[in-house]
Amino acid sequence: MHKLPEVYDYLRWRKRFPTVWCSGCGIGSITGAIIRVVRSLGFDKDNVTLISGIGCSSRIPIYVDFNTLHTTHGRALPFATGVKLVNPEMNVIVVSGDGDALAIGGNHFIHAARRNIGVTLILVNNSIYGMTGGQVAPTTPIDAIAHTAPYGNIDPPFDAVQLALSSGATFVARSTVYHIIQTENYLKKAFQHKGFALVEIISQCPVLFGRLNKMPDPVDMIMSQKENAVNLVKAKKMTEEELKGKIITGIFREDNSKVEYTESYAHLIQRVQNQNEF
Amino acid sequence: MPLPRTTADGHPIMFVQGNEACVQGAIAAGCRFFAGYPITPSSEIAEGMSRELPKIGGTFIQMEDEIASIAAIIGGSAAGAKSMTATSGPGFSLMQENIGYAYIVEIPIVIINVQRGGPSTGLPTKLSQSDTMQARWGTHGDYTAIAIAPSSIQEVYDMTIDAFNLAEKYSTPVILLMDELIGHMREKLILKHDCELELRERCLPEVPTEWYVPYKSQTNLVSHPAPFGMGYRYSVTGLIHDTTGFPTQISAEIKSNLESIRNKIITHRQDIWKWQEYYTEDMKYLIIAYGSAARAARDAIETMRAKRIKVGLIELKTIWPFPDNPIKKLAYHTKAVFVAENNMGQLIHPVREVLPERIDIIGVQRYDGRPLEPMEIIRAVKEEIYA
Ligand code: SF4
Repeated sequence: MHKLPEVYDYLRWRKRFPTVWCSGCGIGSITGAIIRVVRSLGFDKDNVTLISGIGCSSRIPIYVDFNTLHTTHGRALPFATGVKLVNPEMNVIVVSGDGDALAIGGNHFIHAARRNIGVTLILVNNSIYGMTGGQVAPTTPIDAIAHTAPYGNIDPPFDAVQLALSSGATFVARSTVYHIIQTENYLKKAFQHKGFALVEIISQCPVLFGRLNKMPDPVDMIMSQKENAVNLVKAKKMTEEELKGKIITGIFREDNSKVEYTESYAHLIQRVQNQNEF
Repeated sequence: MPLPRTTADGHPIMFVQGNEACVQGAIAAGCRFFAGYPITPSSEIAEGMSRELPKIGGTFIQMEDEIASIAAIIGGSAAGAKSMTATSGPGFSLMQENIGYAYIVEIPIVIINVQRGGPSTGLPTKLSQSDTMQARWGTHGDYTAIAIAPSSIQEVYDMTIDAFNLAEKYSTPVILLMDELIGHMREKLILKHDCELELRERCLPEVPTEWYVPYKSQTNLVSHPAPFGMGYRYSVTGLIHDTTGFPTQISAEIKSNLESIRNKIITHRQDIWKWQEYYTEDMKYLIIAYGSAARAARDAIETMRAKRIKVGLIELKTIWPFPDNPIKKLAYHTKAVFVAENNMGQLIHPVREVLPERIDIIGVQRYDGRPLEPMEIIRAVKEEIYA
């Protein structure tokens, strides 16, 4: 009999396939990357909990064979906080879209980063609301067209990396679907990092963002990721004008000196219990 | 003379607020995770939990808002800990979407709502029972809620334990409806010994992992999804799902998902219902009340009984599911029923739904943030008698 590729061990393929995603979407590549990294790190599947909110990328947990929690719009991080606090040994991974993490869930994003709770947030940024049909997102570039910005977007977009850095996240990286090997490297570091880790992955939504913005071919969108990506080191030498429309990739912070939140709490428990003994 | 610190048989005695009694009850019930956000008049519960939980190795966290608080305790419960939050009106409103999530994914949690006046910011430091209906219909969609209500400090302790037991037994959110008066009033509290507590623990699966079906009812129509990390990997989603936990669009599966979260509670309502009767044997008039309003009603019936007015009281401990049949039976021979409550009339609606038209149903309602006074109830009864 034909032996199935190992990735099938991590997929709920008997029950759930095909997926809801459009062909040419970047989310499939990201799902593959998550699985490959979890596998390469040798994590026990029982010891991985994948949590998401609502949106196209938030459907990833439905298809993968971990403990999975597909929650409400924007709230994946507080759910993850609860899981991690009760079971600090658990590898807790959150996948969230740009709308999910930066609009409705923006408050939770900054507070999870501030606490430095040991959760990895994979932020799948496709610059648009895909699941609801192409509305403007907090990451949509100025002048881009969306179904709720038919005359062009006038809202300045968020920079998730800067937001995470200033909120206290201790691991912050950005990559793209095109640079999938680099993405996997960042995910590998993030999953092993003690503390809050953000990996923003620039993804493509050819069906909505692409079609509305004269780039309906997924290949063109992926190639534009290739062309526009600038490594952090190189970006430092470029002017603001030159950086316009570019995607700065790389590891922006990797700080292992800060105590992770559940560790702090364990210390607190110890302190309280020692005091009580006297 | 100060109270002795223990009863004759060695039970610790405290003189505490309702909110403090709630903390004692939660700890006794086995609550080991609390996430909350400060809000008057419930904050003493969060304060108490932040003090007590680390002592016993539990975890407290103050989240960024109430939405995050309820999300965190659902996550905590999914990871296996008995989990609770406490709030009041505005916070309870913010929690509603995720309370609905807990109903559909069938994860047990306890929500304490120390009610204050509303709508909006309302009356933060005054009492009210105006979330009676929100506790039943607060989140969108079809579901069946469990809400219980104490009327004394001892009952706050006992019923906080009940709330955890009900949550675990029926794998569902349970709402403890207190009000500002019950939360802040001080009374005697007698703590139970650990060996006297009858605690319900999480019902864990016994089948091999490959046979596991998370939403196939294991016992008595209730399914108990396994805590994460035990080897039972399955899908938890707020989408309507089949018994394996996967989203479904199939008509029969949609119906069966919705019916299962209703039937597990409705079928066992006799087991859930609790109420207390006073002078109901020969009554011609019946008062129905809960929480602090019931305290006024108790006083009122004593006064009226002394004047030979045949009035009785049903003090509801279970608000939802509404004890319809017991009330129908008890009220059958009465001339009039009075529903005493601290709001503009909420509990009166299910009472109207249940009773035949020939019985007069009269609301005794106070909504200025002050407790109902026995006189107000007496006046209403007298007006009806001498009308
Ligand atoms: S709508 Fe866009 S983001 Fe969503 S699945 Fe389709 S291509 Fe991907």
